[in-house]
Parts: sequence; structure tokens; C-alpha cells
Amino acid sequence: MKQNNIILNGIAASSGVAIGKVFVLEEDDFLVIKKEISGSHIKQELARLKDAIEKTKVELEEDQKELNKVLGENYAKIADAHLLILNDPMIKNEIEKMINKGTNAEYAVHKVVENFSKTFDLIDNEYFRERKHDLLDVAKKIMRNLLGKTKKSLADLDEDSIIVAKNLTPADTVNMKEVMVKGFVTEIGGKTSHTALVAQSLEIPAVVGLKDITYKVKQEMPIIVDGNLGLVILDPSKETIENYKREYEIQISNKKELEKFKDLPAVTTDGREVILGANIENPEEVRAALRHGANAIGLYRSEFMYMSKKTMPTEEEHYQNYSKVAKMMMPYEVIIRTMDLGGDKISRLGLMNIGREANPFMGLRAIRFCLKYPDIFKAQLKGILRASVHGNIKIMYPMISRISEIKEANKILEQAKEELKKEGKKFRDDIEVGVMIEVPSAAVISDIIAKEVDFLSIGTNDLIQYTMAVDRVNADVAHLYTPMHPAILRLLKNIIDSAHAAGKNVGMCGEMAGDPLYTAILLGLGLDEFSMSAGQIPKVKKIIRSISKAESKKLVEQLFKCTNMQEINITMKKFKYR
Amino acid sequence: MREKNVKIVNKLGLHARPASLIVQTAMAFSSNIYIIKDEAKVDAKSIMGILMLAAACGTEIKLQTEGPDEEQALEKMLEIFNNGFGEEI
Repeated sequence: MKQNNIILNGIAASSGVAIGKVFVLEEDDFLVIKKEISGSHIKQELARLKDAIEKTKVELEEDQKELNKVLGENYAKIADAHLLILNDPMIKNEIEKMINKGTNAEYAVHKVVENFSKTFDLIDNEYFRERKHDLLDVAKKIMRNLLGKTKKSLADLDEDSIIVAKNLTPADTVNMKEVMVKGFVTEIGGKTSHTALVAQSLEIPAVVGLKDITYKVKQEMPIIVDGNLGLVILDPSKETIENYKREYEIQISNKKELEKFKDLPAVTTDGREVILGANIENPEEVRAALRHGANAIGLYRSEFMYMSKKTMPTEEEHYQNYSKVAKMMMPYEVIIRTMDLGGDKISRLGLMNIGREANPFMGLRAIRFCLKYPDIFKAQLKGILRASVHGNIKIMYPMISRISEIKEANKILEQAKEELKKEGKKFRDDIEVGVMIEVPSAAVISDIIAKEVDFLSIGTNDLIQYTMAVDRVNADVAHLYTPMHPAILRLLKNIIDSAHAAGKNVGMCGEMAGDPLYTAILLGLGLDEFSMSAGQIPKVKKIIRSISKAESKKLVEQLFKCTNMQEINITMKKFKYR
Repeated sequence: MREKNVKIVNKLGLHARPASLIVQTAMAFSSNIYIIKDEAKVDAKSIMGILMLAAACGTEIKLQTEGPDEEQALEKMLEIFNNGFGEEI
């Protein structure tokens, strides 16, 4: 059989190449497109519907038999109800009516089921209201049969699997960490999306921003992911596979070479030493951080505490979690960023009256949310304070945009300390407190902020997206997300110089810190600490050890003379091949 | 057409299991069979329709049958309603 060797261009999100088989990760929600149909097509659509219902019936009958065998007759009644829903004349009639009016079967099923579930939502009684889920389950099965997709679950993953999905959520990737996969390919996302971050921390290649990719692949189809060039090749030819096999071998030997840097200090040829830290989101990642030679946790994303459970984390849970990390990292520092979520993510933890925001990135999130709900904030602060006796913990407030927020947050921190004193619980009174500089207003007043705090950490992902007004997840504008833009370079210089003028250290925990492309610039700007996904540490260290502080300073001077991106790119190329 | 009022006597009301039983019973007849609660009139052969009534224990509903075997249909339906669908009353 002839191979098609279809090459698709996306955004490179995590470096490396992988050769494997497609594993399409099913989503709960199908993307349903409305199509107008007429004439003989109506008959065809009705036949497709009938066929899908027939297939679903066979599946449900199998479920029923299986349930009967395993759990007994009473449980099999669930499948019984599902079969009755499938044959429900009211629903079937509505769907057929819509198709007869000229819409495709998928859309008709979707719309009718949506209308019915809306009616169910109005029912007062919880039991009856919840029955809509039975309907949705059945509808999902019909839809899957209409679309001709076979069901796959994460249990079917094997070591050759390359995951292809619309988007990967934190919940998906948590499960995936257990199983080895070779690569990720998603429709949604940019260089700093969640998928990219996870792929980088797992050190597997990823390409994102490939529109409609889930429709172009079939399960088990041979696929190559090139995370260096941002390419995906479907059904690759023999020659292509051979080429990539060679590249894969080079990749492996490079990795081995980088491992040699693990225990060496991050010091320039003229003796300037910096700290290289890891960004983590749960205690399980500490081991990988240490394995790659991290000398700090420069960013502990505490959001995982709030996302992994259905209830609000307690002070005790915070304490246990942070203590674990602090102990493992001793004597190195662990910077815990206080909760950086928006109300939309928190509302499911039982907080009422939080409305949907039109623009959550500019809404009630992070420190703004914490100051509005001081009790939630205080529980976390108390947990951090108590954990501080077990290691070298520092607190960092996210999304600070004005001085008053720091003062207010510190006031709550003092209350937390008072309460702990009264409760007779131990903590370190001299715990250092820093802030993330990720809102342009904070970047501009970093001279004022630096006097109020113990350290600064630059969150470049948000700083760049807020400064450039670019949503980095939006594939259409992601190319405008440019860390070397003269505006960003000037902001970074202002932040670092301001911190140093006040005698404070300044770190960076955004993607930029872990990208070897920018290492020389950041060194030249005088950055003290680089924090990144663990896998990047050896690569960045290799560069730091190969250049001098003096030449990186000169590079920055040259970059500041550039007036546009083209000049900047040329200057960078010259530096690379100097 | 024939119709008769009947009270729901089983403790849990018209939940999934009784609803299934109603549908399976109704399917055996060629007549149209309806359950009417207040303003709502649903097809007794539609499980989602019945569930949508959210009829709790003690609710009074009206059964309506219409067709060649309406007599027997009504009788059989009344029977399963009155014995609480074989569930706890």
C-alpha cells in the first residue's frame, strides 16, 4: 500500500521527535456542525440515524448482558432504562422531524437532546433532574456511532501511542502521567498552553494548534510528531520514517550528553553563577526536578491543590503538601505561589454567587480573588507558614498590579501568623515574601514594588500576553506572542534593574526562562534565578556554562539598539554564530 | 377514548424503574396511552416523557387510552399503578 505522507504544520510546543501510532483521545463533547440538507440527502440522513440507533442498541444489549453477569439483575436495569431511552418515541420523533426539515443527523440529535436536557434542568426534584444524564449517555453513544468513532480509553494506551486530541485538560494529563506516551498533538493551544507545559515536563515532543487534526486521523494510524519544527506527518513514507529514526537517535545521544551537566554549577565562563530552578505543580514532580539538577523550586503552582479535588483544600492539606516538597528540596528554596485561579474554576468547590466572567484573564482571579475571599486565602497562608519550619519556603503573590494589593495580602498574612501563635503552632516568622511581576502595571512600578517585598519573580507568559494583547492559546494570533519584542526587553530591564537597585533578587518563572534561545539575553540583563520545566535545566545550563557575562551584556546592548523584530532576529543569529 | 384518575402510591414515585415498567407495559398495546399530570400530557411509551413529569408519591395523575385495545390497556395500566409497580408503598 502506498503511504500518503501527509505533512501538517502546527506550533512546536515541546521539542523532540517521535514515531508512533495515533491514539485519538475522545472528548465528552462532540463538536457538532449544523449542515443544511435537502432532497435525497434527507433520506440518507434518516438512514444514517437508523443505522446509528441500531448499532447503539447492539452495544446497549451487550452492556446489559455484561452487567447482568457481573453485577446481577438489578444493575442490568440501568441498561434496561438506556434501551428504553434509545427507543423513546418522543425523542426519536423530534429528531426525525428536524432531519425532515433539512438538518444533518448529528445536529438534530444534538439539538433535540439539548432541548430535553434544558427541560430536565427545570425540575425541582434532584433525582428526576439528574435523569438527563441517562439521556446524555445514550445520546453520546448514538453520536459516536453516527461519527463512526470507536471508543478508546486511556487504558488502551501503549508505549507507541501518540495522543491526538482537541485539547488536553489538567484532568486528562494527570491520568496520563502514569502511562508513558510518545507525544502529544492537539487542535487548541500555543507554545505555553497547558499541553505544552505538560509535554515539556514529561520531555516528550508536542505539536499544538493543528486545527481539525482529530478529524484527519484514524485510530492506530502511523504518525510522526516533530516538536522541533512543529510538524505532524500522517501515514509517513518509508524514507520519512528512516530520516526520523536517525533524528531520534541523535536526540537520544544529545540527551545523554546533557545529563553530564546535572551536577555542575550554572556558572558563566567569567564566573557569574545563577540559580536554575524547576517549576512544579505537585510533590510528585520534585524527584524529576532534582534528577535534572534543579537547585530550587522557583515556582510551585499551588492550583493543583484546588483542581484535583472536589472540595476546598484545608489548612492541614496545604501544610502536608508543602511540607513534603520543602523536606525533599532541603536545603534549596521552594517558592510557593499562592492560589492563581479565577472564580470560574473555584465555583465548583462550593462557592456560590460567582458569575461567569466575559474576560476571566482580566477578571477576578489570583490575588484579587484571594483578597475578596480572605478565609480561603488565609487557610493557604497558614498551611504555607506551618510548612516553613520544614525547609526553605518562600511565599509569592500572583497577579499583583498595585502596591495596595501587597499591603492587603501582607495584612492577611499577619493575621494568619497571629492565629497560628494563638493556636500554638510553629512557623517561621521571617518567611520571605515576594511577588510575581506579570501585569504590565507592576512591571512599570517595579522600583516601588521592590522596596515592599523580599524578591521579585517575572511571570513572562502573562506579562507578554498582557503587554502584547495576545492570547497565546489562540492559534490565529499566537505568532504575535514575541518575547524579544523591544517593549518586553525594556520591561524586563526595568524590572531587573529596579530589583537590584533595592538590593533584591529577581527570578523568572515563565517559559522564557527555560527557552535556551533567550538564556544569553536574560544573563545579560542580570537575572539571578531561572525557573523552568525540569527537562529544560540541562539545556539552559549548557548555554550558561559556554558564554561569559561580559559577552551576554554586550548582546543586550546591541539588542537595545534594535528598533524592530527583524533587526533583533539578525542580532540574535549573529550572536549564535559568533 | 377512556380515562381514569389514579394516585401514585409507591414511595419513590415515577422514578426510572417504574417508568421502565410503564413503557414496557404500554408497548404491548396498540392504543395510544397518555399520562396527564396538571398541564402536562406525555406518551406512556416514552420513558423520558414519564421521567419529565417528576411525579412523586401521592401525586394524582390521569390515565388516558385511545385505540382498538383501549379498554384492556387502561385496565392493565391501572393495575400496575395501583400495586405500586411492585415496589415499597
